[in-house]
Amino acid sequence: MPRVVVDVMLKPEILDPQGQAVANALPRLGVSDVASVRIGRRIEIEFTGEPDLDRAREIADKLLANPVIEDFTVRLVEADEIAGASS
Amino acid sequence: MTARVGVVTFPGSLDDGDAARAVRIAGAEPVRLWHADPALHGVDAVVLPGGFSYGDYLRCGAIARFAPVMETIVDAARGGLPVLGICNGFQILCEAHLLPGALTRNQHLHFRNRDQFLRIETAATAWTNGFQPGQEVLIPVKNGEGCYVADTATLDRLEAEGRVVARYIGGNPNGSQRDIAAVTNEAGNVVGIMPHPEHAVEELTGPSLDGLGFFTSVLKHLVGAPA
Repeated sequence: MPRVVVDVMLKPEILDPQGQAVANALPRLGVSDVASVRIGRRIEIEFTGEPDLDRAREIADKLLANPVIEDFTVRLVEADEIAGASS
Repeated sequence: MTARVGVVTFPGSLDDGDAARAVRIAGAEPVRLWHADPALHGVDAVVLPGGFSYGDYLRCGAIARFAPVMETIVDAARGGLPVLGICNGFQILCEAHLLPGALTRNQHLHFRNRDQFLRIETAATAWTNGFQPGQEVLIPVKNGEGCYVADTATLDRLEAEGRVVARYIGGNPNGSQRDIAAVTNEAGNVVGIMPHPEHAVEELTGPSLDGLGFFTSVLKHLVGAPA
């Protein structure tokens, strides 16, 4: 069954201290060519029936994201693309 | 008649007991409200206490906003019911869109727990009418996600309308924009504050008694004194 994936990211103008902390740790891994890291959240939604993108957008707007500080995108993915299937 | 001030307990609330005690010390009757019960039991005002409602899952306050009791509180607040959100309560009020802006991770990523000086910027709210504008108070702050953010237009509007209720002085503990520690809605009945006035109401446990002013202010407001 396809799922709806909602990706939530902090708006570009909102400081992401978590991402900065990760970026600052990278030199300790010997990585020196990363300019910045931003951290977001991926939510997978499985509907009881057919996946409903409009409904998913409503859920994202009301609950999954806070539009004051976050943007979100909604997309359909096939079962073999979902988390756990390595790419 | 003794004023009845409701204190909501969500799963994960932490400071509901202290908030109820502060209400009692201020001279009102605390009424415990339960997140799953939409009834307000005739209270004259409501405090949303600090803590970690619903484990802070998703975002702080995001799930609490949809608790049955919150549906009633949001309607009542729009009708003028005084509501004070402290820490997690402030986050819930922002998530419920009763207050503008949002609270995000402290800029330095550290949890901050210390006694904090604030400047009260306005006495024109239900919860600060007992203070003088410009008055400095000492109240504990303890948060991990207390960094107040809003877009520039919103911040400018808050400043222009006198809706910044308190600012951090002597150091900003979390990176909040414009040192904002507390804001109010247009009507002045809803206030969100990140530091904890309920922890500064007794000499034995608090750094001052300055927090009591928030709770005595609402009593003054309820008996009809100009806010």
